Amino acid sequence: MSALGTIVGVDVGGTFTDLFYFDEAARAFRTAKVPSNRGDEAAGFLDGLKTFGALSALDSIVHGTTVGTNALLERKGAKVGLITTEGFRDVLEMRRRDRRHTWGLSGDFVPVVERDFRVEVPERTLASGDILTPVDVEAVKRAAEALLAKGAEALAIVFVNAYANSANEEVALAAASTVWPNDHIGCSSAILPEIREFERTSTTALNAYLQPVVGSYLAKLEAALDSEAFAGRFHIVQSNGGVMSTETARRLPARTALSGPAAGVIAAAAISEAAGFPDVITGDLGGTSFDVSLIVGGKTALAAQTTVDFGLVIRNPMIEITTIGAGGGSIAHVDAGGLLQVGPESAGSRPGPVCYGAGNDRPTLTDANVVLGRINADKPIGGKLARLDVEAAKAAILKHVGEPLGLDAMQAAEAIVRIADSKMAGAIRLMSIERGHDPSRFAAVPFGGGGALHAGALIKDVGLKAALVPRYPGVTSALGCVIADIRHDQVQTLNLFLDGIDATALDRRMVEEAEKAKAVVENAHLAVERIDVLFELDMHYVGQTHTLAVPLPVTVTEGSTGIGGSTGITEAMIADAFERAYQASFSRLLKGVPMRIVNLRTAVIGVRPSFDLAALAPQGGTVEGARTGTRPVWFGGAFHDTAIYARLELPVGAEVEGPAILEQPDATTVVDLDLKARIDAFGNLIVERK
Amino acid sequence: MSGATLDPVTLAVLKGRLEQIVDEMDATLYRSAFNPTIAEAKDACHGIYHPETGDTLVQGSGGLPIFVGAMAFAVRAVIDKVAKDGGLQEGDTFVFNDPYDGGTHLNDFRLVRPIFRGGALFCWMASVGHWLDIGGNVPGGYNPKAVESFQEGVRIPPVKLFSAGKLNEDIVGILDANSRLPMSNWGDLNAQLNALDLGERRLVSLLEDYGDGTIATAFEAFSDRAEAMMRAAIRAIPDGVYSFEDVLDNDGITDDMLTVALDATIAGDTMRLDFSRSSGACQGPINISRSTTIAACYVALKHIFTDVPANAGCLRPISFEIVDGSLLGAGPPKPVAGYTETILRLIGVVFGALAKADPDRALGGPFGTINALSIAGHRTDGSRWVLFSFFGGGLGGSPESDGLNHANNPISTATIPPIEILEAAYPVIFRQWALRPDSAGAGTYRGGVGAIYEVESMTDADVSLLGERGKAAPFGVAGGEAAAMNRFSWKSAAGEGTPPMVSKITGVRLAKGGRVRLETPGGGGWGDPRRRDPQRVARDVRLGFVSEGVARDTYAVALAADGSVDAAATERLRNEEAL
Repeated sequence: MSALGTIVGVDVGGTFTDLFYFDEAARAFRTAKVPSNRGDEAAGFLDGLKTFGALSALDSIVHGTTVGTNALLERKGAKVGLITTEGFRDVLEMRRRDRRHTWGLSGDFVPVVERDFRVEVPERTLASGDILTPVDVEAVKRAAEALLAKGAEALAIVFVNAYANSANEEVALAAASTVWPNDHIGCSSAILPEIREFERTSTTALNAYLQPVVGSYLAKLEAALDSEAFAGRFHIVQSNGGVMSTETARRLPARTALSGPAAGVIAAAAISEAAGFPDVITGDLGGTSFDVSLIVGGKTALAAQTTVDFGLVIRNPMIEITTIGAGGGSIAHVDAGGLLQVGPESAGSRPGPVCYGAGNDRPTLTDANVVLGRINADKPIGGKLARLDVEAAKAAILKHVGEPLGLDAMQAAEAIVRIADSKMAGAIRLMSIERGHDPSRFAAVPFGGGGALHAGALIKDVGLKAALVPRYPGVTSALGCVIADIRHDQVQTLNLFLDGIDATALDRRMVEEAEKAKAVVENAHLAVERIDVLFELDMHYVGQTHTLAVPLPVTVTEGSTGIGGSTGITEAMIADAFERAYQASFSRLLKGVPMRIVNLRTAVIGVRPSFDLAALAPQGGTVEGARTGTRPVWFGGAFHDTAIYARLELPVGAEVEGPAILEQPDATTVVDLDLKARIDAFGNLIVERK
Repeated sequence: MSGATLDPVTLAVLKGRLEQIVDEMDATLYRSAFNPTIAEAKDACHGIYHPETGDTLVQGSGGLPIFVGAMAFAVRAVIDKVAKDGGLQEGDTFVFNDPYDGGTHLNDFRLVRPIFRGGALFCWMASVGHWLDIGGNVPGGYNPKAVESFQEGVRIPPVKLFSAGKLNEDIVGILDANSRLPMSNWGDLNAQLNALDLGERRLVSLLEDYGDGTIATAFEAFSDRAEAMMRAAIRAIPDGVYSFEDVLDNDGITDDMLTVALDATIAGDTMRLDFSRSSGACQGPINISRSTTIAACYVALKHIFTDVPANAGCLRPISFEIVDGSLLGAGPPKPVAGYTETILRLIGVVFGALAKADPDRALGGPFGTINALSIAGHRTDGSRWVLFSFFGGGLGGSPESDGLNHANNPISTATIPPIEILEAAYPVIFRQWALRPDSAGAGTYRGGVGAIYEVESMTDADVSLLGERGKAAPFGVAGGEAAAMNRFSWKSAAGEGTPPMVSKITGVRLAKGGRVRLETPGGGGWGDPRRRDPQRVARDVRLGFVSEGVARDTYAVALAADGSVDAAATERLRNEEAL
């Protein structure tokens, strides 16, 4: 298939828009960083693109966006109307009868669709798929009209048991469409035909909630691109780490919830695998949080659902990203029991750490890093401030942490870093050791602004084998946009006993699902090397409640006509795959207990032509030339004269012994006393034990 | 244990590592358990316990709150057994469900395993989970007519399930023979063993990393810290005696109300909880043992003082007065299956008493009943089906917010199974699954609203319910009002019925097509309803949570024809009321 031309990845963040341009013919890349303008992202988007020349010369643009994430977190989605089965209008608000916290009973919950925007209509489908009551078409039309009159901008239709038979929903959708004035309308069986009414309702409602927001955002960007005569393809990264067309993004905007972070994880996976580290843990340290993701054998882990906030559940495969409240802005304090805590409260980016001098007087992790000399106070990242106020940071640390614990300011600052390190290590441990992975096989891949400051501690606290700092940590997400595959995921609840299963019927079902998903991938019109089809079953022993993801060792072998095909699935194959997966998760198989298939999951992946990461490697340079001087940095209870290097000036093969600080415009890497660092053939910095 | 001290930084690191181990044990059990009461409702708990006293050293962040308090008593029961009989070896695992010796009720099976280091006992690890059926007169164990524990199921004292690593198959045989659902229990037993195996591996690896002495010192420091934090929290409450009481509908046998009364004395940094004015033991299954009472107080205090860590240290400043043989200090063979109802009332009473001491921290009474509903019948192929579940209601208002609508009980973090899962598993059709209007207690911050559940059976079925709050509603605090009461009814060809004992009944015979209906209480309100923001009242009316009549009469808010607040009329109403 066709080769890549010129492609740009665009990652729009809260403060900056990062771009990565790649011309494959010339093997040339460029990066750009321009200010973001919240609410008018198109302006920054265009400014950034123009730094690479005329837009008409670009073949494709791939975008990782947080517009969906922000709309969810800030509750700024559309006004949604919900039409549902008689007796069930409160499903969305009743949730799964949970509460916010294990301990403490205060706090309420406001759903994204308020009760007066949820309307019941006569209809009922049974779990068997039999229709007990056909849908009342006139009632659906009346409900849609009434919701429209009240101001609903998007419409979601969710009927009980629609996963088992979607007929009533489809009739209702057709009826509502005759009176609904826009495309912001959908039904649950088209979005998530999976058992569990709350999760399906929540996903469908949140999808509708995002449709107008994401739709108008994309329209603005497309208009801006048109105005500059861009004639190529424009794509969006989804939460599963794959790319989709803007058409699919408009229909399924809930799948963009983790678009931005997912792109970063994809890039980290590609960079580290090329560098010979297929097993890594990525860590993105931002202002308020630390996002961790696990990559095994070069593959990202997918979670079946995510909870955006209490009661807001999106059920779609998403790159599994664990977030803890430890970031550069996390505030350090001593609790009532005399224990030092860092976070979860954060000073954010405004007012930010004490050293920013913007009004916060409680010490943060960044303040501790500045006081210890790990961050260069004279060259702040991002270039907004001329200088950081070290003395103010020191005074705050002494007052809020040092005095209550009987430590001096330096000791207290070091303690803050240690606690933050151990929180990050804990998050990494949860993702690795606690799932049975041996940490000594893994490397940490810190990206974002602050991760590389703590790389050494992650190596030592968790027992990782190394840390790999990408050459451009700040544009990792933009790079991810360029290299991400095209992907489409589907699920269908089956509820079948394995014993005596009709394998022919199941095969037919699998082929159908694959064809549907494949059509979505092909419609993205991006160059692909090949198309992979993956199947997974959610299964359990009969009587068990939860299911286990069971990957099937089959794909679709094309029939002679190119369609039709077969998977060759058999009952024995499924039983064997289940037992393997079960034993990997739990110590005891339950022989003699029958097995059941709950869901069929189908993923179709359009594999993009491989991206030669060696293009990123530095050309020339010397270690001596990269050395910019020394400064005292506090390690293990004392100041040490520490060599400072301009990281981007270091040549391939350069080796640097700790203690050392490696600075670059968008990140700082700390190499501890007992560690050393080298630049690999791709320009990555590899930090290891001496 | 070692007298050395650890720096606060290492301590914080170890706290995180140890809690992770327990969290992972919880997760392993939930994921591999058979019955939904463990897998979905998370009616289970794990922890690490002191080698000599059985005190709780480490708890996870999940785990059923009531077990967090009760598990120490369970471990102590094993310690007592070993002290009497001796013979403790590496590789032993005890199993038991004795509710008098370790708390709660017969469905809760405990596995307790000693962890040895260098040939000596270092600590205990334990797992508890709610098994679906352990015999007795009623499937599921919640027999509202039980007058002795023998009618509730089989009672197993602490016995060795594993002896030096070898499974005692005879015990499994006894357990199997005494359950209607032996396969489910066998699955859950294996899942609990999965959790213990994993916990032991993780703990041993941590001990290898840090050394036994360091970990032992950390255990001690955690308890001291929890104690210090609890003392600080108590010191912040004004000294005095604060009394509160509430009632239970009946014991299911005699239709007399039962009292749970508390006199809480705050003196400096200590708290005395005196329950002596409470009722004596009853005939029916809502008695609780002394250890359950203490565990329930622990849960109540943890909900108020949320920062205090979950270990035994936080109970050190607190003393208890519980009369032996009373409702709250029952012994064998008094029936205890409905213990949840009594501890919910008890937790409410602790909230009520402390609300008087400190209204700014007060919580309105939570809905206060688990509504254990069982519907059982036979499918057309003759196989037996038992739908058994607990239902939700509203939480109380607080100075921070309205109560949560349709929440779980304070004693658990249980989620409710989706109706689509229930309808796929059992021959039932849910006809309604909704929030219940006018069920919340009014207040400046109102309670959360309760729910309505209506279920139709597609076969003939027998129904039983063990509930509460049919006679006395969840209370309001700081001037807030009470919520609506619980209501249970059924409809069949013969007409509509309600339980003679209000909230407890067995043996309701439902013909195919018959329906049962539960309307659950909301939570009590916080603060004077006439001080509630009129816009919030208008919103409640618009959403159908509060009727216009209640808005006018209780909240003193007048609404215009379009549903907006009539400010002038509201001001008049509120001034009149104030007179």
